[in-house]
Amino acid sequence: MTGQPRWVVVAGLVALVALSLVAVSVGTMLVEPGDVLRALRGSGDPTTVAIIRDLRAPRVLLAALVGAGLSMSGGALQGTLRNPLAEPYLLGVSGGAAVGAVIATALGVASPTLVTLSAFAGAAAATLLVSVIARIAGGGTDTRLLLMAGVVVGAFSNAAILVALADAPPDRLRGALWWMMGSAADATWSGVARLALVLVVLGGLLVWWARELDVLSMGDESAAALGVDVDRATPRIFLVASWLAAATVAAAGLVGFVGLVVPNIARALGARRHRGMLLVSAIYGAGLVIAADLAARTVRAPAELPLGAVTALIGVPFFLARMRRLSA
Amino acid sequence: MTDAPSLSFENVAVQYAGRTTRALDGVSFVAQPGCITAIVGPNGSGKSTLVRALLRLTPLVSGTIRVGNDALPTLTPRELARRVAVVPQREEPTLPMQVDDFVALGRHVHRAAFGALRVEDRRAIDHALARAGMPAAAQRRTDQLSGGEWQRVRIARSLAQDSPVLVLDEPTSFLDIAHEMAVFELLDELARDGRTVLLVSHQLNLVARFASHMVLLHAGQVAAAGSPLDVMQGALLERVYDWPLVITRDPAVGALSLLPLRRRGGSS
Repeated sequence: MTGQPRWVVVAGLVALVALSLVAVSVGTMLVEPGDVLRALRGSGDPTTVAIIRDLRAPRVLLAALVGAGLSMSGGALQGTLRNPLAEPYLLGVSGGAAVGAVIATALGVASPTLVTLSAFAGAAAATLLVSVIARIAGGGTDTRLLLMAGVVVGAFSNAAILVALADAPPDRLRGALWWMMGSAADATWSGVARLALVLVVLGGLLVWWARELDVLSMGDESAAALGVDVDRATPRIFLVASWLAAATVAAAGLVGFVGLVVPNIARALGARRHRGMLLVSAIYGAGLVIAADLAARTVRAPAELPLGAVTALIGVPFFLARMRRLSA
Repeated sequence: MTDAPSLSFENVAVQYAGRTTRALDGVSFVAQPGCITAIVGPNGSGKSTLVRALLRLTPLVSGTIRVGNDALPTLTPRELARRVAVVPQREEPTLPMQVDDFVALGRHVHRAAFGALRVEDRRAIDHALARAGMPAAAQRRTDQLSGGEWQRVRIARSLAQDSPVLVLDEPTSFLDIAHEMAVFELLDELARDGRTVLLVSHQLNLVARFASHMVLLHAGQVAAAGSPLDVMQGALLERVYDWPLVITRDPAVGALSLLPLRRRGGSS
């Protein structure tokens, strides 16, 4: 009756800290690890302090939170849909959130909190739309139909963003590419704090409901037989997981495939019950997106790759391999 | 196990959206404690709908399902699961887990949202695995079990639930003769302990030997109900299953036995 092996958590946390330090050190200007620690405390060369404390540290933290949020969201969605290929991006949930956020900013809403709430509304609308499409197509419970509906809603969302932001003034509004391909470049401390709060509350709820997720992942009939109110628990978990993804979208745009890849890694590492799986996913997801963001800003420096493009380059081969194993 | 409640269906009707005929149409019967009640009938006769209705996954058009004296709508999902354990017909281990963790899900209704397994939970899990004939499987993974082992582990999960009423939807599909007999013997023991056992099965010959009460469904209605002797009637079963057959009494063990005939010219 073991959860994931303890080394999985310890190794993940050690790697996460090490990766964070590397990510804060590396950039246009390389900063020695000792200077990084000094700069984080506020002492040393003022330029270095500014780069570390105002630019890199919030960026690395934001990437970590985005990774953790997307991974927990994906893990919860995979459990409720009983499909290891489910994730917020492929389900169109992230796309809906982006449309919500874009609409808010295009209407001139400046408050980041309101933009986040608008992303929540967009994610909820997308969730509803996806389930309605799947139901019309022949079965609300067929998860393959849900995924197909999700891809369609996601494509529609991308088109809507392109149209809405076609003539957006680049100085005032983030461009369509920022939303569609994701970026942690505009990280601020207030943005980090906002996403951290959402992650603690919504991620905490998912962890709290983890045993229900274990039961739900057995299927409707088994879950009902084991004492879970399927009709309430499923939409409740689905909505919270969607909002968690929506908050990451409001903070960093669409970053796909993280929610797909990381929970599968967590399971492969032995975290099979949802409580442990969600926590392990949060740790490894944070590390993955920090690494992806580091790659995004260093591989072709001084040019910066879109974060979502890097995660897609990792995620698509993974998706194909996982899909092949499912059909085998 | 004392005072297990009965499980009664009273004039239950179910109609799925978009269908013109009812999946269940005025079904009434009572599964009594201390014995096995079997639901039999051809494919599509409403057997699994009965289980879904009991789990409240499909609404009733009319009628009532009662556990003891309590009508289903008055029970919360947790209360229902504490009284009735169900082994659904199909279940795939899409997200594999360790067998003892899987069986531990049967303890869900007895546990708080947080916290490790208590001593009584572990005892119930070990006991359930042993009773289902899988005592050494605790550390294995659900996706590495054979079809028969998977069925028995699912039965173990329902036993860990410790509910006085047990409902099983075709629990012996995929099982070979020995394991199928072991499951029937286990259900017989559980019923003798005082549990109420409701069994959905296609194995009429075994059901006739183990069940005290049989309910034959046909197109959503009860075509016959009573003792195996009442239900195992050649003409009746021939009409319901739409296939020529004979009922014999096995000379060796004296059990009623259904033998389907070859339709065209076959001699055996």
